[in-house]
Amino acid sequence: MILTLIQKEFILELRRKAVISGISLYLVSIIFICYLTFSLRQSSINEATWSALFWLSILFANVNGIAKSFIGEKKGLLIYYYSVASPHAIILSKIIYNVLLSLALAMTGYFLFSIFIDNPVQDVGLFLLTLLLSSFGFSASLSLISAIASKTNNSNVLMAVLSFPVIISLLLMSIKITKNTLDGLAREASQDELVNLLAINCIMVALAYLLFPYIWRS
Amino acid sequence: MKIWLKIIAIALLLYVHIGGLLLDVPRLNILNETIRALYFHVPMWFGMVLLFLISFVYSILYLNKPSFDLDVKSVEFANVGLIFGILGMITGMLWANYTWGTPWHGDPKQNGAAVALLVYLAYFILRGSVQNEEQKARLSAVYNIFAFAAMIPLIFIIPRMTSSMHPGSGGNPGFNMYDLDSKMRLVFYPAVIGWFLVGVWIVLLRVKIRILEEKILNFEHE
Repeated sequence: MILTLIQKEFILELRRKAVISGISLYLVSIIFICYLTFSLRQSSINEATWSALFWLSILFANVNGIAKSFIGEKKGLLIYYYSVASPHAIILSKIIYNVLLSLALAMTGYFLFSIFIDNPVQDVGLFLLTLLLSSFGFSASLSLISAIASKTNNSNVLMAVLSFPVIISLLLMSIKITKNTLDGLAREASQDELVNLLAINCIMVALAYLLFPYIWRS
Repeated sequence: MKIWLKIIAIALLLYVHIGGLLLDVPRLNILNETIRALYFHVPMWFGMVLLFLISFVYSILYLNKPSFDLDVKSVEFANVGLIFGILGMITGMLWANYTWGTPWHGDPKQNGAAVALLVYLAYFILRGSVQNEEQKARLSAVYNIFAFAAMIPLIFIIPRMTSSMHPGSGGNPGFNMYDLDSKMRLVFYPAVIGWFLVGVWIVLLRVKIRILEEKILNFEHE
């Protein structure tokens, strides 16, 4: 069931190319704005600023990209899902799909950053692991919050307001690891943060899985 | 709330205000007399966390078995918890103004606390933007549980991972077994209990008012 649902997400996504290309363009625009406003390249940027800019762009792209997982859906379609699939299958499929989406956004962001701005990352392996872990957390928490926000009147504002405080702990951990990889510290230095990131991810996925059926019912 | 609990709360707080301002406190570097903030600032955070915890438990109970009472309790505990948090923030900023030189120092503990307050402000905005009462209760219960669980790492883990100027961490004098002498405990523990009891008292009054209002509303509809 979950596989079918994920497959369906991909088919729908490829059919409505405007959505995915919209988010990609959003990411490109943010990064280009960062590039222009900081007038980078001429004056090279320090590590702390690089990681802050990078994670902010990824955060905004993710909030906008994952928001549509429930907010954009038509009422009739939701009722159809309700009748054919269990809520657990739906949230898991959404989370898995959004992990892939979020990872794709992060990789694109990294690629664009290294073209336009700079690529100061020294330990690429650890950095990619951080991107993978953080995309799990983003995907789980934002999918659940998107489901909450979709039931309200001003979904888009609420999506941002509800998600930022929840995401911050995740973001702080990722920024810290990123800073370690930029400074070229040994992997052992980031061990605590990695474990924390993993723990936060587990909490978020478990909560999203447990709580989603209650939202779905209404 | 039982009448004897109310009397205990009032007596404890009277004692805390008199004892907290007049009793001897140990002389510590930097802190000096401002150590008395311990009796008023720290119980606010203890109270906030306890009240949010109770609100979280009521949210779980609500999802388990929806009822108007449970929803009202969960909201009001969060409400008073938020007030405690704001008071804790203000007392902390007052204290920081004299010891750190600025009210807002960007300390990890301050930032974590600010985010915790943001979570609950978002919770009330969520409640404000759903029309249907039942849906409002359910969505906000889900968010309350999710946000509380995501907040714990913020308040308890992150400030401990980074160096902080807050008393009690990073070699600064403050609240721990070595420098909180037994005299201060005599005021500190009653302060925590007293403030918490007052918090619960306010919550129960507010819950009573909300339930009565609901009853009047139903009465008028009929």
